[in-house]
Amino acid sequence: MPDDDDATPVREHARSSPPVELSPAKGDSDTRGRTLDSVEPPADTLLHVRGLERYFEIRRGVFGRAAGHVRAVDGVTFWVRRGETLGLVGESGSGKTTAGRSLLRLIEPTGGEVHFDGQDVRALDRNGLRRLRRRAQIVFQDPYGSLDPRMTVGDTVGEVLQVHGLARGRNAAMRIAELLTLVGLAPEHADRYPHEFSGGQRQRIGIARALSVEPEFVVCDEPVSALDVSVQAQVLNLLRELQVRLGLAYLFIAHDLGVIRHVSDRIAVMYLGRIVETADGATLVRTPRHPYTKALLAAVPAPRPVPKDGRRSVVLSGDIPDPAAPPPGCPFHPRCTHPLRDADCARIRPPLAEKAKGHFVACIKEPSFDPGGTPAS
Amino acid sequence: MSLLTVTSLATHFRTDRGLARAVDGVSFAVDRGETLGIVGESGCGKSVTSLSIMRLVPDPPGEIGPGSSVRFDGRELLELPEAEMRKVRGNDIAMIFQEPMTSLNPVYTVGEQIAESFRLHRHASRAHAWARAVEMLRLVGIPSADQRAYDYPHQLSGGQRQRVMIAIALSCDPDLLIADEPTTALDVTIQAQILELLAGLQRRLGMAMILITHDLGVIAQVCDRVAVMYAGRIVEEGPVGRIFDDPRHPYTQGLLRALPRIDEPAHELAVIPGQVPSPTAWPTGCRFRPRCPFAWDLCALEEPELLDAATGHRTRCWLERHPQRRASGAGFVAGNIQVGNGHA
Repeated sequence: MPDDDDATPVREHARSSPPVELSPAKGDSDTRGRTLDSVEPPADTLLHVRGLERYFEIRRGVFGRAAGHVRAVDGVTFWVRRGETLGLVGESGSGKTTAGRSLLRLIEPTGGEVHFDGQDVRALDRNGLRRLRRRAQIVFQDPYGSLDPRMTVGDTVGEVLQVHGLARGRNAAMRIAELLTLVGLAPEHADRYPHEFSGGQRQRIGIARALSVEPEFVVCDEPVSALDVSVQAQVLNLLRELQVRLGLAYLFIAHDLGVIRHVSDRIAVMYLGRIVETADGATLVRTPRHPYTKALLAAVPAPRPVPKDGRRSVVLSGDIPDPAAPPPGCPFHPRCTHPLRDADCARIRPPLAEKAKGHFVACIKEPSFDPGGTPAS
Repeated sequence: MSLLTVTSLATHFRTDRGLARAVDGVSFAVDRGETLGIVGESGCGKSVTSLSIMRLVPDPPGEIGPGSSVRFDGRELLELPEAEMRKVRGNDIAMIFQEPMTSLNPVYTVGEQIAESFRLHRHASRAHAWARAVEMLRLVGIPSADQRAYDYPHQLSGGQRQRVMIAIALSCDPDLLIADEPTTALDVTIQAQILELLAGLQRRLGMAMILITHDLGVIAQVCDRVAVMYAGRIVEEGPVGRIFDDPRHPYTQGLLRALPRIDEPAHELAVIPGQVPSPTAWPTGCRFRPRCPFAWDLCALEEPELLDAATGHRTRCWLERHPQRRASGAGFVAGNIQVGNGHA
């Protein structure tokens, strides 16, 4: 596979294996339209990820021979503008968490580009990385596992301040009190240990720790998945308020479409390591184009009663394929319900192409929005 | 007569911090063929309720209090000898849990596990039990069931494992299935499959079902009636349509408005201030009072019974008797950190 060691910085096409160019006259497959990789992001873009890859080696046998790759993140492109929220949604195994961690280099990417405020993140040395982490932070899902049980809350937050040389002594104590107040806790909570707090409060501590360095960008990795609905609402509102107050940009990673819709300006849907559709939040939810996005939206149980005889039939059959052996062509084709699905789908890797203004869809059966125009490539 | 009638169920646990009244006076009934949803957040007592019905509460530290009653098909389950109770489990009432992997035995094929359960309860021959296992796998939508029956649990996906659990649960034609968060560990597209399967099987087999979940969306899709639990009590109960269209209890109202939804543009989520209180020290009076924007003196003095709001729709809230307070009340603050004292 030519893809494996492909790390060329600039790419015109979705991937190194260029999609077969077909005109609509010849068939119903449409691979035209600008790909997201070829689009220049807006001027106020803070984070730009292009063709990001993270492959994991599968080792077999006693000698740990490499027996293949899991393409956890397989050529992912997106950007996050200052002060906005990009929602990254997907089911288990879609690669959304790996994507979030590799762009901060908590996991080293194996390919692609990451630019933060114009700076090449993949080229940073240790010092560079530390400077990056003053500006780009992460909040994890598990508020229990990500706090040290032997450290008081004040020490947990204070440690970050110390590592980055931001405050010491009385100044640090004042800053800690300020941060705890900011996230809705009380300054006196600084002397307590994590086990003395509820799940929602611990998540607030995690947020306070992330915000202690005054970042511009925060990866929120399933920050409310472990929380009850009433507490989840508290944390979501807090994140929103902090964003407005501090001008933060978020990459919000979640499996819950309701949460993603609620927090996001734009949404990207991942399936088996790739983005299959991206658009602004309202467009994506109201007029989804990719069959997987449609199925995902239809599968969300609405908190609204349905008539007994009028229950939806299941729109999506089968399981998510093994990421170590994804189907060829379009990874979704074995489960796809698109009326035009045919042999092309098992053959052509669909580029994430613009099908309507700002609406990118990785499906060759969805027509591009300008049938008369020349294919952009 | 209802198939299952639970009356004044109280289940306590002795803990280091005192007696935890996890379930504290819960009454409800389930008719044949009906689906009752029990919904609530962590610690409300919904799972302990189902374990109590099955008499699976570990004792000690747990104990089902005197005065509790669980009548099933005319029999008082809480007084049955353990040997009799064992026959009820699986045969008459079956249960599925959230984590199919931990409930399945990793060293037996799934066919063996279904057949085993059938042989135990029905004293069937091996051949008959195996045929039944394959039939059940087919019923729950496992493709090539006759071959998959030879698979071990680890060879199946999470969704398929939950299908196997359902096959085991239904192999003896139970009258009642208790499903405790059956889809919580599953992805949303797989959840849709399992919910559809459960609803379809229930219609086809005419069994009753108790679905326990924290997810109001799941409740809306599957249930006929809903009981909302909070702090060891049922605080509201009614037909599914009424609970969603005209929720009466402030807790139910708050939960529904705290839910981010895809069918509505982003709005400020309502916030229920504070947290669920500890089961070792429930608040006096109404247990939701410390978090309730409508609460007044009466609520601290006395907790109401479940009061009728409409036919079959009851709520444990004084607002039902003092409707003028609903209009004047503060409502939930949409927003932020300072909660519970604002105005809508």
